[in-house]
Amino acid sequence: MVIFSGEIERIPAVPAPEKIKLRTSGVNLFYGTFQALRNISIEIPAQAITAIIGPSGCGKTSFLRLFNRMNDLIHNARVEGSVELDDMPIYDQNTDVVELRKRVGMVFQKPNPFPMSVFDNVAFGPRRHGKDNRKELEEIVERSLHRAALLDEVKDKIHESALSLSGGQQQRLCIARVLAVDPEVILMDEPCSALDPVATLKIEDLMRALSENYTIVIVTHNMQQAARVSDMAAFLMMADDKTGELVEYGPTNRVFTNPKDPRTESYITGRFG
Amino acid sequence: MPRAIYEKHLKSLHEDVLQLGDMVEKAINHSIEALKKRDLAMAKQIVEEDVNINNKRFDIEQRCIQLIATQQPMAKDLRAIIAILHIIVDLERMGDYAEGISRINILMGDEPLLKPLIDIPRMAQKAVEMLDRSLQAFIKEDVEEARRIPKEDDEVDALWNQVYRELIFFMIQDPRTISRATYLMWVAHNLERIADRATNICERVVFTATGKMEEIGASRY
Repeated sequence: MVIFSGEIERIPAVPAPEKIKLRTSGVNLFYGTFQALRNISIEIPAQAITAIIGPSGCGKTSFLRLFNRMNDLIHNARVEGSVELDDMPIYDQNTDVVELRKRVGMVFQKPNPFPMSVFDNVAFGPRRHGKDNRKELEEIVERSLHRAALLDEVKDKIHESALSLSGGQQQRLCIARVLAVDPEVILMDEPCSALDPVATLKIEDLMRALSENYTIVIVTHNMQQAARVSDMAAFLMMADDKTGELVEYGPTNRVFTNPKDPRTESYITGRFG
Repeated sequence: MPRAIYEKHLKSLHEDVLQLGDMVEKAINHSIEALKKRDLAMAKQIVEEDVNINNKRFDIEQRCIQLIATQQPMAKDLRAIIAILHIIVDLERMGDYAEGISRINILMGDEPLLKPLIDIPRMAQKAVEMLDRSLQAFIKEDVEEARRIPKEDDEVDALWNQVYRELIFFMIQDPRTISRATYLMWVAHNLERIADRATNICERVVFTATGKMEEIGASRY
């Protein structure tokens, strides 16, 4: 009796090398004369979650804001070195910053829904980018809410004010709003710090699901969150002159069980910071 | 200092591992002393007191679990706690070997020893020394020492080999000695296992200090 006659499907033994989505090389960031970041070089893999951890004031948020040029909005901010998205320098003179921020979306610490309906919140970005076909917008809104794991909870109040949603729902709405413009990278700055534990775990599950299609960079104060959710972890710390430096960067499993640098060890075991 | 309470808990866990080690070392030494003297009352006491070793191990294990659940230890702290969870199992089992030696003693009843004990006490002495030093190495995170100790297991193995051959010789010469020789062989085998368990502890010392899991100096037996 022939039990198996087909050919065994060949699975490549070695996974394809990780694609690098974001790269910084020797980046220095200044606010006027104050240097906020020094000589940061890092490669952030695509379709993975990279967590930025470090004590308050070490420049985590400044670092995150490099990737969609949010620091441009701060008077006197100046960037040296290179920041690349898909190998393209984003601080190039010719970079279309609006297009960049469409590709690199951002979610903030406090949920910041606009004072309008759930639908209009999600449709806001696509409308700004010129989409006005009602049917197309409805599809985008539904798809974005679904991807943000919010559709089931809001489908009956899609035209009600977004401000009526709970904090956790508002934050997922903000994620849906980012997803609506079809970004490639999602930057998250302490996205769960204003949320309760259950809402936090929902966002974390959502991040894991989203990382299949998007590159996620998250700044978090919550070390357990970084350990739970991220694939890669970067530890930033202030030097004596208050300038942020990258102390250690590597796979999360390793950084949290066997960090190489004693400063990382002290920080993640809670002995300073 | 941040995390003062956490530090206190971690420190007291380390101290309790030393205390458990001390209880086990005493049990091993006493079991051999009782055998040498054929002191059955002492042997019975060692058997009865093994429950204290077991309870101490459960207590340490419980506290490790609580610390993991409530304090989210990371990095070296986490490795040390995981190492402790392994080490206390090894210690408890060493206590069982000492209990086993005492039970053999009791089994022998009022039969005299087949021969005066020379190599068996030497094995015990070496095994206890290895155990003691491995626990010190754990406390001091002394990787060099932890790599040195397992090499000395060869001494215990050589003694075990010698005891084994000698006892076989007795048995061949006079089959009436078989049961008494077998008892002693069990005793020596228990001691050989104790030394092996000490090398396990050394592996955990290396793991705690470096994060590397490696087998050091596998025993010949």
